Amino acid sequence: MIERTPILNAVTYFIMFLGLLLILGPFWMIFAASTQSLAQVNTVPFNFMPGADFLHNLQAAWQRANLGPALFNSFVTSVLVMTGKIVVAALSAFAIVYFRSPLRHVFFWMVFLTLMLPLEVRVIPTYNIAADVFAPVRWLIQTLTGIELSLQWNLLNSYSGLVLPLIATATGTFLYRQFYMTLPDELAEAAKMDGARPWRFFIDILLPLSRTNMLALATIMFVYAWNQYLWPKLMTTEAEYRTAMVAMRTLVPSVNSLPEWNISMAGALIIMLPPLIVVAVLQRWFVRGLVSTEK
Amino acid sequence: MAEISIKDIRKSYGRTQILHGVDLNFKSGEFVVILGPSGCGKSTLLRMIAGLEEISSGEISIDGTVVNDLEPRDRGCSMVFQNYALYPHMSVAANIGYALKVAGVPRAERDRRIAETARIVGLEELLDRKPAQLSGGQRQRVAMGRAIIREPKVFLFDEPLSNLDAKLRVQMRVEIRRLHKRLSATSVFVTHDQVEAMTLADKLIVMNKGHVEQVGTPLEIYHRPRTRFVGSFIGSPAMNFFDSTVAPEGNFVLFDGIRVAIDPALGRDNAGKPVAAGIRPEHCRLVSAGTANSVPAIVDFVEELGSGRIVHVEIDGQNFAVAMDEGQLFEAGSSVGLQLPAEHIQLFSLETGLRLDDDVPALKRTIKTTVAA
Repeated sequence: MIERTPILNAVTYFIMFLGLLLILGPFWMIFAASTQSLAQVNTVPFNFMPGADFLHNLQAAWQRANLGPALFNSFVTSVLVMTGKIVVAALSAFAIVYFRSPLRHVFFWMVFLTLMLPLEVRVIPTYNIAADVFAPVRWLIQTLTGIELSLQWNLLNSYSGLVLPLIATATGTFLYRQFYMTLPDELAEAAKMDGARPWRFFIDILLPLSRTNMLALATIMFVYAWNQYLWPKLMTTEAEYRTAMVAMRTLVPSVNSLPEWNISMAGALIIMLPPLIVVAVLQRWFVRGLVSTEK
Repeated sequence: MAEISIKDIRKSYGRTQILHGVDLNFKSGEFVVILGPSGCGKSTLLRMIAGLEEISSGEISIDGTVVNDLEPRDRGCSMVFQNYALYPHMSVAANIGYALKVAGVPRAERDRRIAETARIVGLEELLDRKPAQLSGGQRQRVAMGRAIIREPKVFLFDEPLSNLDAKLRVQMRVEIRRLHKRLSATSVFVTHDQVEAMTLADKLIVMNKGHVEQVGTPLEIYHRPRTRFVGSFIGSPAMNFFDSTVAPEGNFVLFDGIRVAIDPALGRDNAGKPVAAGIRPEHCRLVSAGTANSVPAIVDFVEELGSGRIVHVEIDGQNFAVAMDEGQLFEAGSSVGLQLPAEHIQLFSLETGLRLDDDVPALKRTIKTTVAA
């Protein structure tokens, strides 16, 4: 559409600029605060000019929150959650789209319904299960056969505990299902004629074709996993398994302590960095994977 | 090389039946074309041979082995799809060689066979390209290469030319025929294009609404359609029909009140019967209005073909196509006479649509003369 409307253009640009300001403003505040000294950061009104204590604040935040191990934990869990989500999504969508089972729609909608049950809603039962994974199995076996088993598996304070409850993904399954449905049926049939069994077809054809889709999902899921707070907080009682988000909590000043917001902000800046890098690197595929399909 | 035998094959999706008991036999090395309008079940039949579609009832055997419950990979068929269905992320070489890779053929052997296949289908220069970088005709060749490399017993083609432009279609048609000559594997080719069907087939099968209407050589089917449907489906323009009743004397039918003579041998057996009389456009003749033994007609419009023309005339609200050579000129709106030579008039039952003289020798003579001409 080509139109000559200078006033409308100016208005559009103004609105876009306003949006940009709304998004970047808080970032700038975090950055400015993280460079100021304790006295500067507590002046009213807030001074938007950067100060000179940036490196000092970063160092203090790193040491106080013990960010080294925390970032490592966050990174490991995020990568595991991301990978797990992609694998589960790709496989469950494969089952839903390519296998003619009478219940596949039921299963799909069941998966879809979990979109309405985020972790926060089901956090208590999830915790119960994580504390004693085989509880339902034991109960089932006991009611059916009367035998009491002593199977025990406790996920608290472990990487599996941090990762497994986050892996099931309705969003990912849905995204993958939509992608598979854009592929022509003949592709699967051609592979069948070429002698490929379903697993072979999945590995050789579907996975390589879903590359952009996969990277888009990776971006969303990495950020999602990185930003988890409630679950790791509940799950980990030992400092050894503390993630960056949980560690961040120790940097937030409490009622009776010094209001060292400059150090909290420096910590926030460090923790923000990895997902920013991931998004920056993957954003090209992210947009492509969500918008269109390569064919 | 394989014989295919199809016994009383039926297919239904829920309540709707797609195929109503099809019986066919394909000889080894034959080029079989299945022709029919869309929705007649021809593709379903092909996919059942391939193993992509379940068989509701009946039996398909390839080379004496019943394949009903065999997976596609164990049937020895390969298939070319209408939209080619190439693997978009693989190079031409990988596309062609995928079946061998799956079968675990060693690298060196695989490369040798890919090169050989590429030579046969003329793709040697393009082995490193991706399908997206190829033209329609080249993609078609890759699809054929992919089918050839497995050295199948049976080739299945599911309307493989319908995505190509007209010129390429003619060219690929010739190539497919040449390829068949060279590999001489049994081939089954599904199409809705009658020109493709006529030019490619050793054996032509015409299907309609889940039934086989006729099986025969292209010429048999053109000159002696077994049903009214076949007559109206094959030929461009289609066979002309008019409904009438055979005179009690058996030597003519009435058309718009005019006596049109028919083969007396044919008429005698069917005297008094209501019939549909059919005649091919190229057998009709136009003469000046009022000529004896001609049906008065008005010229509706004229289609110029370059090598000839097709004149559409109207008789009592009914359209008739007449194919003519160059030379004679007819103007739209002018009155003419239509002559229908008795030896070319074919009669079909008005109720069943079946041909009335399935084995009258007189008609066979007609075929021979036409073929010779």
